[in-house]
Amino acid sequence: MAINSKKSKKADAAVEQNSEVGKDVIQTQGLSQGQIIRKKFFAHKPAVAGLVFMILFIIFVYSASGIHLGSDRSPFTIPGWWKYAHTDTVMTSDCPTGCPTWNHPMGYVPTQAKDYFSLVMRGSEISLMVMVVIGLLGGLIGTVMGSVSGFFGGIVDAIMMRFTDFIITVPSILIGAVIGYRMGNLGVLPLAIFLGLFSWTGLTRLVRGEFLSLREREFVDAARVAGASNTRIIFKHILPNSVGVIIVSTTLLLSGAILTETGLSFLGFGVQYPDVSLGVLISEHQGEFVYAPWLFWWPGVIIVAIALSINFIGDGLRDAFDPRQRRQLKRKDFMAKTSTREAVNKK
Amino acid sequence: MLAYIGRRISIALLILFGSTYLTYNLAAYSGDPLAGIRESLDPKKEVIMAELSRFYQLDVPPPARYFLWIQKVFGIGTGQVDFGLTVKRLSVLDEISSAIPTTLRLVTVATFLAIVLGITFGVISAIRQYSRLDYSLTFLSFFLFSLPIFWVAVMLKEYLVIQFNAFLEDPTIGIISNVVISALLAVIITGFVGGTRRRVLITWAVTFAVLMVVLQAASWTSWFREPTIGIFGIGLIGAMTSVGLTHVFAGLGNKKALYSGLAAVGVGVAFYYPFGQIMNESGNYLLFLALGLLMLSMSYFIGYFFTKIDKGPVIRSAMLSAFFVSFFIVIDKLMQAWKPYYELTDGKPMQTDGAYNLTLESNDFWVLNLDLLTHLALPTLALTLISFAGYLRYSRASLLEVLNMDYVRTARAKGMPEREVILRHAFRNSMLPLTTLVAFDIAGIVGGAIITERVFSWRGMGSLANEAILGQDLNLLMATFAITAFLAVMATLAADLIYSVLDPRIRIRK
Repeated sequence: MAINSKKSKKADAAVEQNSEVGKDVIQTQGLSQGQIIRKKFFAHKPAVAGLVFMILFIIFVYSASGIHLGSDRSPFTIPGWWKYAHTDTVMTSDCPTGCPTWNHPMGYVPTQAKDYFSLVMRGSEISLMVMVVIGLLGGLIGTVMGSVSGFFGGIVDAIMMRFTDFIITVPSILIGAVIGYRMGNLGVLPLAIFLGLFSWTGLTRLVRGEFLSLREREFVDAARVAGASNTRIIFKHILPNSVGVIIVSTTLLLSGAILTETGLSFLGFGVQYPDVSLGVLISEHQGEFVYAPWLFWWPGVIIVAIALSINFIGDGLRDAFDPRQRRQLKRKDFMAKTSTREAVNKK
Repeated sequence: MLAYIGRRISIALLILFGSTYLTYNLAAYSGDPLAGIRESLDPKKEVIMAELSRFYQLDVPPPARYFLWIQKVFGIGTGQVDFGLTVKRLSVLDEISSAIPTTLRLVTVATFLAIVLGITFGVISAIRQYSRLDYSLTFLSFFLFSLPIFWVAVMLKEYLVIQFNAFLEDPTIGIISNVVISALLAVIITGFVGGTRRRVLITWAVTFAVLMVVLQAASWTSWFREPTIGIFGIGLIGAMTSVGLTHVFAGLGNKKALYSGLAAVGVGVAFYYPFGQIMNESGNYLLFLALGLLMLSMSYFIGYFFTKIDKGPVIRSAMLSAFFVSFFIVIDKLMQAWKPYYELTDGKPMQTDGAYNLTLESNDFWVLNLDLLTHLALPTLALTLISFAGYLRYSRASLLEVLNMDYVRTARAKGMPEREVILRHAFRNSMLPLTTLVAFDIAGIVGGAIITERVFSWRGMGSLANEAILGQDLNLLMATFAITAFLAVMATLAADLIYSVLDPRIRIRK
């Protein structure tokens, strides 16, 4: 809106004051691409709220239970500020029903003699870890597959797309079951890696679509005429242009990943005993819903909060990266515009 | 085209072969079918183990055993399809064929509802972009996207059903809760109305007053215990719906469309008593379907003979009105079955477990269907909530993109009414990419239903798969999996083909 010829600048200033058009438009003149994106992202309030929440929550979770390099018993341990670890057995609670008290802010699990806050923190830690591993692996594989498939097209594309169809048909519940049986004693990392290896299909399709349309553009032809190699065209010309799609779909993958992991754990095919995840906690306590609802509520609320923040961050990034997502002009806007123009012209 | 379809089908079969092969091996390596026996102290352990090994053909390694399995499935040598036996020595084919209708009932209704509601709200959201309604719907869709279905399902079960059943014991609404409920509902309904602040406020006040009166009357007449619409109610609601539909799809200026819609409602009302009589005497699905089709074809002819020019909108108006008036009549019949059903279930009509009531003593068509519906309500709600968000986001984004196209600007510039621009030019094109989404949704059916079926104790494909993995039941697992994979591959193929037929811009390269 603001990038216009000098002639109509006055009129545009009037438009921005008088109509609603100018409300969402951000001044972009004289800014680099990165600055525009940053500015647009920080103008998106839910996304910023999501980002702030995620950062604070991650700091909160990791500082509460402390950081253990390697296993829980490893010597390289920074202790957390919370007094109980998730492995500690706590014999008493101030509240006979195990309801939340100052000592146990999220309640107490009498059947396991555990402090629920430490369990929830440990579960969040594991769920976040699985989510990040799935997101990174899936994002990486999806980007590579999508780029290659979309850039080269033809037979390469056909083969890779059919391979994608093939991967789609493998159910994640089976992967969870196999990993749980074969590598259950190795902790959650193998599960996260194998789920990541099978979760890139959606992202591949999107990246491929982007590459298919970008490789037909003039700047790619220009680069090729100038003698650039395929590698150079992919990495220097097309990939930077499709980074928006990649980042946005990776955030979608992340929010999907936490739901997949918790869903599998709920069914009993995800994170295995003695590890806990948010899904395991919900599954364990769904029967106690009536008399100890806090045991059921906390993990669910945390899953929703994490997934919601990530979805909002993704939406903010989409707005920031996508120049097409501009406010659509309506009839009344045009009317307002013409009337103000006329008013300006009369002066 | 034929060659292309042939090639795609053969590739699809190849994918199916590959994925069943991989899954067979994964499943075979995911556990030990002899684990239970291996640890027992039975003196005849060796004999039993040998017996079981022969039964499961454990002497053949899984990569090779797959071929024995697929040979039996295709009936090579025996001539009949055989999915083998489960670990409990039951026929897998029988188990599957009783589970498929259950899952289909659950998933079809939920998917259909999610598509219709998602597209409707997505379109409204796009037309009113950046309005309060749009922001609320966007927030709602993000929220639904982030909900874990197992958590929602447990919550719906514990809160909604138990609270609703408790409410039915004393079905009255106090004045204060009535004011709160009516005010909130009025805010939601007003959200769909655009215009100036004054108009919005008037709409809110009118809606609020009407809701107050209706809810209070319902409470005083204990309508929630013995609900009914009645022939006058059907006439009134039908006429209102018909006017509303005509307003949206043809415009109230189109008098022919308005009158044909109202005529269809009149026919529906005239059929109210005969329909009830016929269904009470011999109620079955075939008759039910036939009567529905009769109603629709009659409304088609009403629309056809009402006008000589531009028959499309008139026929559409008549048929939509007929559909909704029939729908209201069915609702009314189900409502009349509510009271006997309430007494049959000892005052706990809403159900949380299973697909139908095994001990229900009734032969009445409507009571039996009401029983199916009360079981279906919660799982359908849970599934719909989850997939509704996807359709909403997708149809909104897609319509917004199309609305920015040049041909939409051209249509507006030549003076076309906004309704025509959106319905004829923008909407149809924006719905094309949705075919792919629908296909993916169908492909993910069993995956999504595993959790829902587990929480609500339905015995469908999802719970069979779950059970099979837990019980090391290779034959059962492979059967459920092969059917799902087949559906998934075919859905992708169908989406690609339908897309290329619908969209001439995507021509299949020879």
